[in-house]
Amino acid sequence: MVGPYSLSYRGGEMSELLTTVDGRPLKEALANAERSKRIRAVLLVLPLFVFIFFSFLYPIALMLYRSVENPLIAEHMVETVAILENWDVKEVPSEEAFAALANDLVAARKTREIGKIATRLNFETPGLRSVITGTGRKAPRWGPPFKEQFIAYRSEWGELETWATLKRLSPTITTVNYLAAVDRKLNVEGNVVQIDENYQIYVDLFMRTAWMSILVTLACVILGFPIAYMLASLPLRQSNMLMILVLLPFWTSLLVRTTSWIVLLQTQGVLNDLMVWVGIINDAQRIQLIFNAQGTVIAMTQILLPFMVLPLYSVMKTIPPSYLRAAESLGAHRFLAFWRVYVPNTLPGVGAGCLLVFILAIGYYITPALVGGQDGQMISNMIAFHMQKSLNWGLAAALGGLLLLGVVLLYWVYNKLVGIDRLQMG
Amino acid sequence: MITKLKFTTFVAAGAIALGAMASSASAESLTVVSWGGAYTKSQVEAYHKPFTKETGISILSENYSGGLAEVKAQVEAGSVKWDLIDLEMSDAVRGCDEGLFEQIDPAILPKGDDGTPAEKDFIDGSVTDCAVGTIVWSTIYAYDKGKFPGGGPKTMADFFNTKAFPGKRGMRKTPKANLEMALIADGVSNDKVYAMLETPAGVDRAFAKLDSIKDSVVWWEAGAQPPQLLADGEVAMTTAYNGRIFNAIAVESKAFEIVWDGQVYDLDLWAVPKGAPNKDTAMKFIAFSTDTKRLAAQAAWISYGPVRNSSIPLIGKHAEAGIEMGPHMPTAAANFKTAIQNDFEFWADRQDELNNRFNAWLSK
Repeated sequence: MVGPYSLSYRGGEMSELLTTVDGRPLKEALANAERSKRIRAVLLVLPLFVFIFFSFLYPIALMLYRSVENPLIAEHMVETVAILENWDVKEVPSEEAFAALANDLVAARKTREIGKIATRLNFETPGLRSVITGTGRKAPRWGPPFKEQFIAYRSEWGELETWATLKRLSPTITTVNYLAAVDRKLNVEGNVVQIDENYQIYVDLFMRTAWMSILVTLACVILGFPIAYMLASLPLRQSNMLMILVLLPFWTSLLVRTTSWIVLLQTQGVLNDLMVWVGIINDAQRIQLIFNAQGTVIAMTQILLPFMVLPLYSVMKTIPPSYLRAAESLGAHRFLAFWRVYVPNTLPGVGAGCLLVFILAIGYYITPALVGGQDGQMISNMIAFHMQKSLNWGLAAALGGLLLLGVVLLYWVYNKLVGIDRLQMG
Repeated sequence: MITKLKFTTFVAAGAIALGAMASSASAESLTVVSWGGAYTKSQVEAYHKPFTKETGISILSENYSGGLAEVKAQVEAGSVKWDLIDLEMSDAVRGCDEGLFEQIDPAILPKGDDGTPAEKDFIDGSVTDCAVGTIVWSTIYAYDKGKFPGGGPKTMADFFNTKAFPGKRGMRKTPKANLEMALIADGVSNDKVYAMLETPAGVDRAFAKLDSIKDSVVWWEAGAQPPQLLADGEVAMTTAYNGRIFNAIAVESKAFEIVWDGQVYDLDLWAVPKGAPNKDTAMKFIAFSTDTKRLAAQAAWISYGPVRNSSIPLIGKHAEAGIEMGPHMPTAAANFKTAIQNDFEFWADRQDELNNRFNAWLSK
């Protein structure tokens, strides 16, 4: 309610402004009322917005920043970085650079930053950790000229690769994490090259993650469509009963559902026991059903199925049964009517379900971690590994950044093809 | 009555809330983090209980499964909750390098009971700038006797021989110790293992050997898993920490057998996270728990060897099972012949690279 307004003419001219009873211009009064409404609305959503900002947007921005930031070397090896700036990466630098390095290492050892520097360099070129920390321990006792003593202590100081690594990590903003996240690195000459085949993992893992997510999504459509159709076409009382069967697992803890699958599928588990008991296989032939990619797909399909069924159901509920009857009365075969009239109407639901399931699946973590075994691990497990075990948070952030990019791209494509406004979540 | 009840509830609730807030700042408790299971129990019996009895300071025991991630997160966020943490050597070295731990003054360590100064009494390398050793533990492999009625495996090579000794193998999901064992099984002599792993060809060789049994391997991550895998019949033999298997044999009467050939031994150490809320108490606890008697007492609960030479003659029988503990120590002469020490410098340098390769290999 905006309030009581009455229109009045002042004078007789039509061009006169419309005003309210108390003489204010109507336009202004309306704008005022609208503004206070808007402020109230903003105030209502403000807590939510602040919450989302601090718990969602800010951490994501921070994570993306971590994937490119690299202040350590620039901050703590000032002299070396300054000299290496003009170094041409053709041959091992001169005495001047070694002297600067000695100063920096001694200083870094005093401030106890040397370990962090060593770890950072070691991510890039394995083995440099002990070279840096060891040299840091020795350098205070050395005097000029440094070059020979450095190289005599560790031959790595006489290699181009060591110095190139230092130079590569000098800038405070770096792309090395993103290169590493796609199995690439910068070589001594500064070109992007693939890393050794034995160490390549992330590209394969991204592909596998996408492939497994596609499988899960397809399985969810195939299993979810008939369920949703049945729920939508049954009388309300029965469909409500059956709906419980969809919702109950949905409300059950993820861990419980995942571990139940382990109990069912492991080699000494229920299904194998049953097959042995029936005599399909003998005791030595027990089948490995879980702790591999197939087990992960099975468990994830079951866990994500409600995310397919619910949007489908809500869309199917809105399709009038008279459409099908009309098609049949015009001579279409039942199947043709279903395929040409009913299915196209469900597409917004199918799209929403697929988008939802796929996006949830590519970021899935707990289920593959528990039942993935060797070949059922997904990219999220690798991110967790770098967060928790190797402590290479920059690389973890870069992997997460790529995953985020994938989701955003998918969303964009969906928006172009189907239109996000047609999304129906139920 | 009701008012009184309400008041009491209110006070109790307040006390709990205050306690929860103050627990990290209070000097009356200490949060000690270790590996759980039989190992934590041995520490509780040998260190925690006597410490609480003597000082009145209660000890909160937490479990983790190794690694520096949680310490790093706590230190970097500036909200350290842990006072003391039990670590593997390579993590102790790396964490110290990265400034995650408080420096420990070796002067706080008491003399040995036989009068030997602490720096001589501790075995070499078990006292570092930031960490003090407690035990020598070992990665060995063990098998289920029931699975091999015609005689079990004897050597490291047998572990990798799935033809002569069929059945699934359990291995820790990390390259550490596995690569060493693979090379030993492949015929590399103990003193050449790490030199070989420094070369790309040596790493290839180790992975090739692992590859030969890859399809039979069940990977474990927590120390409590391998005895469970053996007991469930999921594997016929598995690598494990020797104390866990000993515990299953001695306390739970399982028919397991340890194979000591090619054992890879390592140290566990105490370290104090930087900015620990009860740093001084933690230091006191370190000094208390690493004296001659306490270290020997721990050996009565689990078959890990004490790092003080003066403790070794005091090792007696298992506190519950009454078994003489000496012969079950990794360092007992009969077990130690073909042992190799985990090279923490090598692992601190190479673990990122080899973890990557291991993960890539696993997922292929």
